[in-house]
Amino acid sequence: MPTESMPTETAQRAPDRAIQGAFHAGAVGAIPRGAQDDPGHGPRDHLDLGAGTITATVAPPSVGDGGLPHETLREMYAAVALARAIDERTWQLNRAGRAPFAVSGQGHEGAQVGAAFALDRSRDILLPYYRDLALCLVFGLSARDVMMSVLAKAADPASGARQMPAHYGSARLRIVTSSSPVATQVPQATGTAYAAKLRGTGQVSLTSFGEGGASKGDVHEACNFAGVHKLPVVFFCENNRYAISVPQNRQMAIDHVADRAAGYGFPGVVVDGTDVLAVYQAVKAAADRARRGDGPTLVEAKVYRFTPHTSDDDDRSYRDPDEVRAWRARDPLVLFEARLREVGALDDAGLAEIRAWVAAEVEAATDAAEQAPLPDPATFDRHVYAER
Amino acid sequence: MPVMTYREALRTAMAEEMERDETVVQLGEDIGVYGGTHLVTDGLLDRFGPKRVIDTPIAEGGFTGAAIGMAMMGLKPVVEMMTWNFSFLAADQIIQNAAKLRYFSGGQVSVPLVIRGPNGGGVQLSAQHTHSLEGFYGHFPGLKVVSPVTPADAKGMMLSAIRDPDPVIFLEAGALYGTKGEVPAGDAKVPFGTARVAREGSDITLIAYGRQVNLLLRVAEKLAKEEQVQAEVIDLRSIRPFDEATILASVRKTNRAVVVQEQWRWYSVASEVAAIIQEQAFDDLDAPVERVSGEEVPAPYARNLEVAAFPSEQQIVDAVHRALYRGA
Repeated sequence: MPTESMPTETAQRAPDRAIQGAFHAGAVGAIPRGAQDDPGHGPRDHLDLGAGTITATVAPPSVGDGGLPHETLREMYAAVALARAIDERTWQLNRAGRAPFAVSGQGHEGAQVGAAFALDRSRDILLPYYRDLALCLVFGLSARDVMMSVLAKAADPASGARQMPAHYGSARLRIVTSSSPVATQVPQATGTAYAAKLRGTGQVSLTSFGEGGASKGDVHEACNFAGVHKLPVVFFCENNRYAISVPQNRQMAIDHVADRAAGYGFPGVVVDGTDVLAVYQAVKAAADRARRGDGPTLVEAKVYRFTPHTSDDDDRSYRDPDEVRAWRARDPLVLFEARLREVGALDDAGLAEIRAWVAAEVEAATDAAEQAPLPDPATFDRHVYAER
Repeated sequence: MPVMTYREALRTAMAEEMERDETVVQLGEDIGVYGGTHLVTDGLLDRFGPKRVIDTPIAEGGFTGAAIGMAMMGLKPVVEMMTWNFSFLAADQIIQNAAKLRYFSGGQVSVPLVIRGPNGGGVQLSAQHTHSLEGFYGHFPGLKVVSPVTPADAKGMMLSAIRDPDPVIFLEAGALYGTKGEVPAGDAKVPFGTARVAREGSDITLIAYGRQVNLLLRVAEKLAKEEQVQAEVIDLRSIRPFDEATILASVRKTNRAVVVQEQWRWYSVASEVAAIIQEQAFDDLDAPVERVSGEEVPAPYARNLEVAAFPSEQQIVDAVHRALYRGA
């Protein structure tokens, strides 16, 4: 480097070492313990409308059969039940040492099935996150597909076992695979929605994320862009109250993620995520609005995660098992079964039939995946770039 | 052959592709009404309208993510980074998503995306607007990285970039937007993965990309005139994929090489080039491969300091002398 004397006096006087804590206004000292308010972790009511002002709309609870054919209701119930059974099997395989990893959506299934049925499954686009097993099953993913991924077999339709399980993806089914850092699919959904709008395809994009993911700038940037361009997208927040261990009141200073929609110029809706038909109606209204060209909606479904975050997590370190038990009373699988019985859509025989089908699906999927070949190591470097 | 500036060459390529292919769209900050802070997209809004030329909010991660979503739906977005420094805000979308989506979809999903903008320094914008990211982005499988220096290559490589099925990091020589050169009319694509011999010579191989190529050409003329040394100058222009054959053929002829870059030396393109040469042409070398790089400081603002931070003619001449075992 050409040598040159320092040009200014200031530079000549610059100290060789930076001053520690140069911007600290007072004496440098220990930060007092307990100086911050601890919002605490306490259990909350299921819909929990909080004490503050709500700018989001609160979706009403569903009534009766919600105007849906009973055949459809049984299909919806079967999807909730299948998702639960696959999820439970994944944990068993993990605990038996046969599946390296399990991540769960138990407790979310009702909200997901309600949302998925509200979309046009022949053309709409999903940009899900890793708890969205039920959402993806309704869009056409099979138990077998899921098990291939869980056991990292070549036939995993998402990635041929390159990506971890629960990163659901299928070009054929219009399910866009998400990344492991949360909420990166949300800006991408504004792009799929923009493309659909530009080409006039009438497709709606639905992207989902947790209340933890909602803290990321990706969600803000996406909502802002979608608001500006009135894009046909539904932002679907599955608020299960914990981001791994961090409770909602450490994640945000507000009660409802959906309240933020007001800041982007589109509606926010809070809905009880354990009420399958209420979610169906809320997402249906959002999807209809998007398809009409009126722009996005942020739908926040209040749910609860029954399991630890993943198979690598022990949730007893951050939440009281009594809290989990209390929430089990609002298990969407149980509530939906009761509702279907109440409206006469399901009886003992119908339930037995669905349970038998679910059990057979899970068994067949597990067997097929256990017998399926691992990916061929000779193919590991394919698909980094386009193949010509 | 028409003569045009580097920025006109880029704009011509983009406009021709937008004309030819209605799926090509533009996104970025101030690219519409304002024509881009470097005037590269000037006039595109008037020609193609606001649906295809999108002035975005200031949100690099958000609009890059949106572009990835568009690309997955079959559009061909061209994203402008006002400067490559700002791409760090979108690094997760670029590196974790665009670069991995094909692999993580088992080949089901293509992300035909171009991200472009000014790279490198020389225009007194200091270190938060000045970065040479070819080594950084060149590191990631799934990305293609190019760095043209001539207006002809700017156009030809932009045509290739927009038609490429994979994400392309298009590093423009930010200091050279106003430089002029001959640019072939029409569909004069320049393929990726081919280096360009910018000057033929027999005594030593000088290797660079981006604006350092122009510096090498000046040094080569000086060496020829003052020392009767005939230097061959190679413009890499494509960082990934990389053209090993052209470099090795040259070194086998000259037996000596100097690699010059504006970016920092540690873990850089020049380090990779030097390694390739010693791995594959060790027996042809008459001297160690020399590297001349930017100084290990954030790019400073003051003109004299900025000049001092980047490779100089004298540093390159000194490196050539070392490789030729000539005293200073």
